[in-house]
Amino acid sequence: MDGGMIATTETLVRFSGVQKTYDGEHLVVKSLDLDIRKGEFLTLLGPSGSGKTTTLMMLAGFEVPTHGDIFIGDRPIKNTPPHKRDIGMVFQNYALFPHLTIEENVAFPLSVRGVPKAEVKERVKAALDMIKLGNLASRHPGQLSGGQQQRVALARALVFNPALVLMDEPLGALDKRLREHMQLEIKRLHETMGLTVVYVTHDQGEALTMSDRIAVFNDGIVQQIDRPDALYERPVNSFVANFIGENNVLSGVVENIEQGWARVTLDAGGSVVAQAVNIGGAGNRTSLSLRPERVAIETGDSGDSSMNRLPATLTDLIYLGDHTLAVLSTPANPEFMVKLPAGSYAGLAPGQDVYIAFRPEDCRALDPV
Amino acid sequence: MVRKRLLRLLNRTMPMTAAFVAGADVPLKRRLKRAERARQFRALGLVLPLLAFLLFTFVVPLAGMIWKSVDDWEVPQAMPQTVAALEHWNGQGLPDEAAFAALAADVRAAYDAGTLAVAAKRLNYIVNGYRTTLLATGRKLKEQPAPGTAKETLIALNPAWGERESWTAIKSASGPVTSYYLLAAVDLTRNADGAIVHAPADQSIYREVFMRTFEIGFGVTALCLILGFPVAYLLANLPTGRSNLLMIFVLLPFWTSLLVRTCAWIVILQSEGIVNGSLEWLGIIDEPMRLIYNRFGVYMAMTHVLLPFMILPLYSVMRGISPAYMRAAASLGAPPTTAFLRIYLPQTIPGIGAGCLLVFILAIGYYITPALVGGAADQMISSFIAFYTTETVNWGLASALGAVLLLSTLVLALVYGKLALGRQTTGGLKN
Repeated sequence: MDGGMIATTETLVRFSGVQKTYDGEHLVVKSLDLDIRKGEFLTLLGPSGSGKTTTLMMLAGFEVPTHGDIFIGDRPIKNTPPHKRDIGMVFQNYALFPHLTIEENVAFPLSVRGVPKAEVKERVKAALDMIKLGNLASRHPGQLSGGQQQRVALARALVFNPALVLMDEPLGALDKRLREHMQLEIKRLHETMGLTVVYVTHDQGEALTMSDRIAVFNDGIVQQIDRPDALYERPVNSFVANFIGENNVLSGVVENIEQGWARVTLDAGGSVVAQAVNIGGAGNRTSLSLRPERVAIETGDSGDSSMNRLPATLTDLIYLGDHTLAVLSTPANPEFMVKLPAGSYAGLAPGQDVYIAFRPEDCRALDPV
Repeated sequence: MVRKRLLRLLNRTMPMTAAFVAGADVPLKRRLKRAERARQFRALGLVLPLLAFLLFTFVVPLAGMIWKSVDDWEVPQAMPQTVAALEHWNGQGLPDEAAFAALAADVRAAYDAGTLAVAAKRLNYIVNGYRTTLLATGRKLKEQPAPGTAKETLIALNPAWGERESWTAIKSASGPVTSYYLLAAVDLTRNADGAIVHAPADQSIYREVFMRTFEIGFGVTALCLILGFPVAYLLANLPTGRSNLLMIFVLLPFWTSLLVRTCAWIVILQSEGIVNGSLEWLGIIDEPMRLIYNRFGVYMAMTHVLLPFMILPLYSVMRGISPAYMRAAASLGAPPTTAFLRIYLPQTIPGIGAGCLLVFILAIGYYITPALVGGAADQMISSFIAFYTTETVNWGLASALGAVLLLSTLVLALVYGKLALGRQTTGGLKN
């Protein structure tokens, strides 16, 4: 799960107390403090309207922070126009210049920098070879497929060796197979060229596949910034737990907390032990987070007292090839999902009364939803 | 039983096989065409009313106008015998006695029928004073001269009949078609020997008028482009609500008549008008500036009237240019000016082309506005066409001037079409 390239700890970009509002009433970005490390692949992930694209646009220079500043190295860039920031950007719909050929598109950032013609030619050729489109150099963007245009946009953003590359949902318009292929290609470029990439997406699968770190945005705030595995395994609040991957929620009230373990009385009856993560003190409401693959189905009482155990009725079994999804109805959650490894559902049938069992360390007590 | 069933089977399969084979014989393209035919007929039916309308209101009058610019009917109609007699005359010296006799007969007949004046007017275009010669001859020639004396009788009546030019004029105007009007429209004429030469200086005005027409056309087009481009840019980049509001102001001139708008300029620009009055009141000028009945007034009023025709095509093209292009250019390191010149401007060229073509073609046909706010030296070709159709009833020359104007417009449209097509074939203009 960890990104291939080990990012250095040297900070390249720093957001310091950045706020942004468009209408003067509502903050799109509430208070952003974010360090982007040199060489890392950082993904800004969140639902639409969460502030992730605004953050990217402020970094690119197309939007000005209402408050706070952004630093590249030690240099504040609030008043630096976009063309002087030396940041490569790949746009959502590629924004290839339709009146220029592929070659001219890729040459554009070099020629506006006054790079000598011979060198431009050489570097453009190298860039087009890198994306394996050297044979299409004299075509116009309209004559290329979506995937080819995407690669040209990448080459154009990389050809001038920018300190930082921004990508704004660059794969959104591609079909699934091509998208997966491009994810690997972008990751390969990131690793071989040692790029620092800030990538915006609302597709969590994409984020998990490609990133060294992911910043989960919601409501103008970074909810959690962490490595993909940590985000999935150890979400710090209910939003992250629900946004990343499948999640089962059980609601209840905290009875007591002892050494990091919380005893929670469920609203629907029953009591479970969970990791106390984000609950405050005893008496507070909490939402328990359980990953579907961390829950077992037991047909009888195994007597293992270290496990939490709740009665449930199996309502459906959905065969999905590599695993089977069991849908259960419990008093606490009428649509409780359990992922069973392939071949391990023998003896189960819909309508059967069973128990769901899970370890306290796999159950995280988070803020109430 | 079995045989019967076999036969039936055979009967059923045979035609199918035959049809299949027959189908394979016909090339796929022709079969496709056959299948599409019904659809094409229906489409044709739908556009038929428009085609008929265009035929009768556009194609037929246009063809009529072009025909009028070469039609030479007056002299053959009034003087058929003379035309026939001169058919084999080589144009050297004077024609023979038979031609004189034919002329005398024609003149008498036409004078009585009242058609002589029309032919006289036509011949007068070629030789100044011909009208008097012919009409006087018609008036004085009481009876057909005795055989053999036609030549001396006519020359005695009017010495002009003893000059070769009088006869070459008839021969050159003896139809059925003439290049006279078209040549005259570009200040050329034929001399007595039939060679194309420059028209006499006092008749050479049309080249200058055409040049003036194109000059005003170019000037107005350039002004519209300079004034319209920023407006179109603003409209295209504002939020829809506000751009719609501003668009109403752009279209506002369309809601008032051309005549009213032009007269409004007279009110504003005249010596006692608003502009001069304000400037005098402010003490900037001591006496009224001449703002109207000169070229300035023509440019001012025509630019105002034609500006929407530049803004609309520009706006529609600019609206389609995503702001992402300018952002992309900036992120790639282009300062705003470079980004504008290298990325934005080239993408607006289809709009610039369409707007310029539209404005220019409309401008060179302008008649009312220059007539009202221009001086004598600012009249464009249309006012001469109007003059010849309504004042002197010289349809031939009016048509020829119109034909030359049409031709130059066509050439422009073709050049534009070629350029537009050239852009298309070099690859997708839009994503």
